Amino acid sequence: MTAPVTATAPSPQPGPPLWLLLELTYRCPLHCAFCYNPTNFSSIGPELDTADWIRVLREARALGAVQLGLSGGEPLVRADLTEIVAEAHALGFYTNLITSGIGLDEARIVALKAAGLDHIQLSFQDSTRTMNDFLSSTRTFDLKSKVAALIKKYEYPMVLNVVLHRLNIDHVGEILAMAERLGAEYVELANTQYYGWAFHNRAQLMPSRAQVERAEETTRAFRAAVGQRMKIYFVVPDYFEDRPKACMNGMGSIFLTVAPDGMALPCHAARMLPGIEFPNVRETDVGRIWFESPAFNLYRGDAWMKEPCRSCPEKGRDFGGCRCQAYLLTGDAANADPVCGRSPHHGLVTAAVAAASAAAAQSPLVFRTPRNSSTMPR
Amino acid sequence: MSAVPINVDDRPQIGRGFRLQWEPAQSAHVLLYPEGLIKLNASAGEIMKRCSGEATIAEITADLEAAFATTGLSDDVIRFVSMAVDKRWLVIPR
Repeated sequence: MTAPVTATAPSPQPGPPLWLLLELTYRCPLHCAFCYNPTNFSSIGPELDTADWIRVLREARALGAVQLGLSGGEPLVRADLTEIVAEAHALGFYTNLITSGIGLDEARIVALKAAGLDHIQLSFQDSTRTMNDFLSSTRTFDLKSKVAALIKKYEYPMVLNVVLHRLNIDHVGEILAMAERLGAEYVELANTQYYGWAFHNRAQLMPSRAQVERAEETTRAFRAAVGQRMKIYFVVPDYFEDRPKACMNGMGSIFLTVAPDGMALPCHAARMLPGIEFPNVRETDVGRIWFESPAFNLYRGDAWMKEPCRSCPEKGRDFGGCRCQAYLLTGDAANADPVCGRSPHHGLVTAAVAAASAAAAQSPLVFRTPRNSSTMPR
Repeated sequence: MSAVPINVDDRPQIGRGFRLQWEPAQSAHVLLYPEGLIKLNASAGEIMKRCSGEATIAEITADLEAAFATTGLSDDVIRFVSMAVDKRWLVIPR
């Protein structure tokens, strides 16, 4: 979700939740070690049923929500996906399916197209081991190629997303060549963001600065060679920056996520923030959640900010960065995102980068499986 | 970014993957595209909503001039269409 969104700055009276993300399920056939889903997903309560999701769509659309992401987990796991898309389309949402492609056969794509699905973002990932395995795995490559061909056949723009990390970032040239062979029109090279499983595996996933620089150089060269045929976005890992990202354009300003169990979140990683009672769409309608709930009002405006954010001239631009990252690294979500060079905790970020550049990590990757989830700390 | 050559006989239409709609909550036309949206200002919205693929730029201009009781919009329309084609918001079937 890095495409630009034009929106007004947060104000005392918030605008509508323009962007609605429905995480339909935490179930997923893949076990990616860089997933941002909560590490305790296997203990999170039952999924909303079809009628609940449709009610959420209606309530959010009435508020002015217009961009809809259908994600997970793997949203294709839900047998009612087509029904949800059809309702969303009828309501006037622009519908984006964010998928690994596993489970997308021709009958399914025909049904989704007929239901009004606007867009498919196909992600490539190493399902169990490294991208290296993936690139050499005929079975996986064939599956992805088939899905890519279906996406083109049914006249969707081919948008590929590849999550980069220490184990695959050196293959950026091969990844881009593969994307070109598949006929991709847009490629998003998204460096891992360290939440959930990815945060747990950070030491193993963090590339070195030299790796990031080489990957950027390879991307620049490829971009120059391929011209307008393929648009390539390289999302720099924020740990390597010293200005924080304007995460969610400020919590509670435009994004609303509904998790599989109906929990409403101002960002898809926010469930981990302690001491906040996040409302649930089973009990509270979306309008009250968005405008009235303490959870959604907590980080609106700038009254919650501490120094150095409070007196920072850039606070209206980056909103103090990411609340979840501030919490994960400093223990307090109201602190400045430590990516910021002005944060007194910035050393935590530079130390993590330095450690990645110094030596290979010792401990093994922990893959996102239900079994691992049952033994993970929250 | 080079300007796209535009002819008054061209019949622009909304680009593939884009959708234009009126959003009451924003009191504006918005252009929706994969994972993003652009809130259009009033004049951009008025031009875009006339880009059906059937009307020529000359016809669109005349319609706008009639609707807003003004004249001399041709250069503005051509400039906007050229920009929008460059951004793939509009395409001109040839």
